[in-house]
Amino acid sequence: MGDNRNDDLDKGIGIKARRAIAYIVLAVISFFCLIWFYILLINATRSNGELTRGFTPIPSTYLFINWQNLLAGTLPIINGLVNSLIVSICSAALSTYFSCMTAYAIHAYDFKFRKAIFTFILAVMMIPSQVTALGFLQLVDGMGLTNSFIPLIIPSIAAPATFYYLKQYMASNLPLSIIEAARIDGSGEFRTFNTIMLPMMKPAMAVQAIFTFVSSWNNYFTPALILQDDKKKTLPILIAQLRSADFLKFDMGQVYVMIAFSIFPVVIVYLLLSKHIVQGVAVGSVKG
Amino acid sequence: MKKETKGKVVSYNKWGYIFLIPFVTVYVIFQLIPLGSTIINSFFENYRSGLMQVGPNFVGLDNFIKLFSSGDIWVYTANTLIMWVMGFVPQILVSLLLGAWFSDTRLRLKGQRFFKTVIYLPNLIMASAFSMLFFALFSDAGPINDILITIGVLDEPFKFFSHTWSTRTLVAFMNFVMWFGNTTILLMAGMMGIDTSLFEAAEVDGATASQVFFKITLPLLKPILIYVMITSLIGGLQMFDVPQILTNGTGEPMRSSMTLIMYLNKHLFSKNYGMGGALSVFLFVITGILSLIVFKFTGTGESND
Amino acid sequence: MKKRVLSVLLTTALAASMLTACGGSSSASSSVSSDGKVLNIYCWNEEFKTRLTDHYPGYEAIDGTTGKIGEVTVKWNIKPNENNAYQNNLDETLLKQKDAAADDKIDLFLVEADYALKYVDTDYTVAVKDLGVTDADLANQYQYTKDIVTDSKGVLKGVSWQGCPGAMFYSREAAKEIFGTDDPAAIQEYVKDWDTFTATAADVAAAGYKMVSSVNDTYRVYSNNVTSKWVVDGKINIDDNIMNWVEDSKAMVDAGQAGTHDLWSTDWSAGFYPDGKVFCYFGPAWLINFSMAADTEGSIGYNGGWGATEGPQGFYWGGTWICGANGTDNADLIKDIMLKMTTDAELMKGIVIKDDDFVNNKPAMEAMAADTSYSSKILGGQNPLAMYCAGAEKIDLSNCSAYDQGCNEEFQKAMKNYFEGNATLEEAKELFYKGVTEKYPELTY
Repeated sequence: MGDNRNDDLDKGIGIKARRAIAYIVLAVISFFCLIWFYILLINATRSNGELTRGFTPIPSTYLFINWQNLLAGTLPIINGLVNSLIVSICSAALSTYFSCMTAYAIHAYDFKFRKAIFTFILAVMMIPSQVTALGFLQLVDGMGLTNSFIPLIIPSIAAPATFYYLKQYMASNLPLSIIEAARIDGSGEFRTFNTIMLPMMKPAMAVQAIFTFVSSWNNYFTPALILQDDKKKTLPILIAQLRSADFLKFDMGQVYVMIAFSIFPVVIVYLLLSKHIVQGVAVGSVKG
Repeated sequence: MKKETKGKVVSYNKWGYIFLIPFVTVYVIFQLIPLGSTIINSFFENYRSGLMQVGPNFVGLDNFIKLFSSGDIWVYTANTLIMWVMGFVPQILVSLLLGAWFSDTRLRLKGQRFFKTVIYLPNLIMASAFSMLFFALFSDAGPINDILITIGVLDEPFKFFSHTWSTRTLVAFMNFVMWFGNTTILLMAGMMGIDTSLFEAAEVDGATASQVFFKITLPLLKPILIYVMITSLIGGLQMFDVPQILTNGTGEPMRSSMTLIMYLNKHLFSKNYGMGGALSVFLFVITGILSLIVFKFTGTGESND
Repeated sequence: MKKRVLSVLLTTALAASMLTACGGSSSASSSVSSDGKVLNIYCWNEEFKTRLTDHYPGYEAIDGTTGKIGEVTVKWNIKPNENNAYQNNLDETLLKQKDAAADDKIDLFLVEADYALKYVDTDYTVAVKDLGVTDADLANQYQYTKDIVTDSKGVLKGVSWQGCPGAMFYSREAAKEIFGTDDPAAIQEYVKDWDTFTATAADVAAAGYKMVSSVNDTYRVYSNNVTSKWVVDGKINIDDNIMNWVEDSKAMVDAGQAGTHDLWSTDWSAGFYPDGKVFCYFGPAWLINFSMAADTEGSIGYNGGWGATEGPQGFYWGGTWICGANGTDNADLIKDIMLKMTTDAELMKGIVIKDDDFVNNKPAMEAMAADTSYSSKILGGQNPLAMYCAGAEKIDLSNCSAYDQGCNEEFQKAMKNYFEGNATLEEAKELFYKGVTEKYPELTY
């Protein structure tokens, strides 16, 4: 381990050359990951007139004006932001809490249909939600929940993928003996779950909360079919409307500001939490 | 005394059912019932024509016959798969390379955390915003054409969205940028899990880095690679946001970038529930088969008990 | 047991959703009242909102989507027209109109010529008479604006404030550069019929300009001069003149004289600025003010750089009609809006002066056409009203059908593939049929 002299004995391309190639490739890849954000930022600061005159890498001064124009327009983006936040936060909270509960049921108890239910959940994990969208839409319509956030939030309680991740985490981090100990102390099952179990699951739940938040924040298909009222729409739907917006009067400055506005909140949260997220991806999705 | 304890254990296990109530209730209401009614719908003629409702009239398998007889469904399936492959192949290659570098203890790359953060970043971006951005950047008078003309690569704007392959390439490229970070981290985790003594032994035997990679890493990574591939394929079949917004729902040119879900969306949008139902059933069967394959290959389930 | 419960659940869920889908189709005669506190307006862009804000006395804007008229709150529900999105949303809400709470009911909605018939010929629209607007009130309006919103029983269901005779708007700067003159009468000679137009296009292209931004610009000019409808007896029908458009357009695209951009796209609108190098656009009066970036510094319109002339053939484009929705609780207010916006000569003249629109008031327009003191700033001091007046007299809407928007959109979309060489004409036609039948499953071809 870490034996420097071995480097010199390496028979392939020299380690220094390989390292150099690696850095170059990584730099190129990073460039392709980041350039879009840069162009977006620059263009968001330029007026429509400037934008029609071609691209320059230097920012201009119209960021605030574009923003004001956007606010003055018909797209209720502040509502969109609030709606997106409500839906995403509620989904993340419900999804993690109840998936944890489901995982706990499978992990801690031994009952007759345990295995059958576990197998079933795994089996349906891969079925895309679009497949049932039609029936879902009719159901929502029948319940009178069009334009409501309920059909976007409540279904996240049953999240097979989140469940699977948490179940995996429990298997390796939650010894059953702790539950036994709690029982001996006279703690009720529900209380044990809430006060002893949940705190121990915090790291895994945080990761899943972030994932659920992000996927809910970015979700376009289902909300676009359910939310018709402009004031109820989430950001992705409003963004998609830009694509066919005859009423924006072609102000590309506003378009760029709006895209930036819907991307950067998530980017900032991500940068703050990046360590946990990157680790979380690795922990969860692969069986140890 | 002993008897009492045993009785308690039994009653504890009843809590397993209680804790399952929320999941099961929600799943039945919001997934199973819709699935059932979607399937039922596929046997009915049921659409809206303006303000007039036609149907529901039972038509047996007519919707399926209509769906398959035109052959379009296979074209859209092919489109979806082509764009998936175009995105997936570079994705898996780049991810393997990066994963190998990141997990190579001899290489000791600096700034790993930075690179990992950066490559995972695009995954968090709203696909709709990303597509809208790409549409703006690659439009005839957009910045990309502009830059290419300025530096002398092009004489006149290239119409990215008027050519089958450039449109597909853009879709695939966006999917690649959005997902390769995720794949890299998954594969890396798998590589880290490989017993280090194997690498040490290889080193002692004087193996080169590429020999180590092809003879040790790759074979041991097979289960994860299959997992990544099939989950990516299922994700690929769901491809919607990117091509939908990039082509404004048209799948142009000549519907060569129209995916299955975009087609489904078309029917849902015009309230043609019969055809939409038939298409959903088709998708359900395909993803069902793929899920079974995943299930078999990774053996999830049994080994976790 | 479990299975049975499930199937019962399934069938009830299905039945419930179908019931809601069927409900509302049997609404009888109109029912209106006037005690509402909220006026819900459905439309597809900001045009009508701007008109109300600027010209309707007592309208106060609160924010982008709400306003106030006296005690009544005005709520705007704006949804883009494209891909039938506006119509689908309107259908959905109208079908639920009966059961909606009073404040959620649609009170007023706008329709375009392309699909006016679809709504006019149903009970979802209220007869203008039932709102208290009389025939005498509307005597000054152009007849065609009434014909299109008259249902099959002869009842008038909507009114419009504008007339939409089309014109050809050309860049004066480009005209001077290419032809040495920017005089409308002289330019008209270069574009007086399609053969001359095509010949001129070659000269324009030689000078480094596109004749039109996109071939879709000339589409309306052809499609308004058809001799048959899009749909005949449930069968999709492509008129010969539409095929003329295809032929002429293909030639122009191949010769590099026109682009293939979608209307309203950024690339299409590039020609609103001098750098866009576009010679002309086709459109009605509203296009030039409302859409051509006239209020943006640096645009051709901002500098009064457009000229207007008739072009190769007369045509119209769009036009917005105000309809009262059955079940409204703001009948009096709707009546007042209709009267003020579509019959008040002074208010309407204000629209002409401020917005360069052409309004639906024959005597007032003819008077202004003859008035030398009126001129349009965007058109560089030209008074185009006489031209519009003549055009308005000629508008013929007898070949409209309820399917026009879907057909027009799908046709242009499909033919783009032919123009760009991605499909043969036959393939493009096939795609058009496919697209239309997806939107309107009841049609055949």
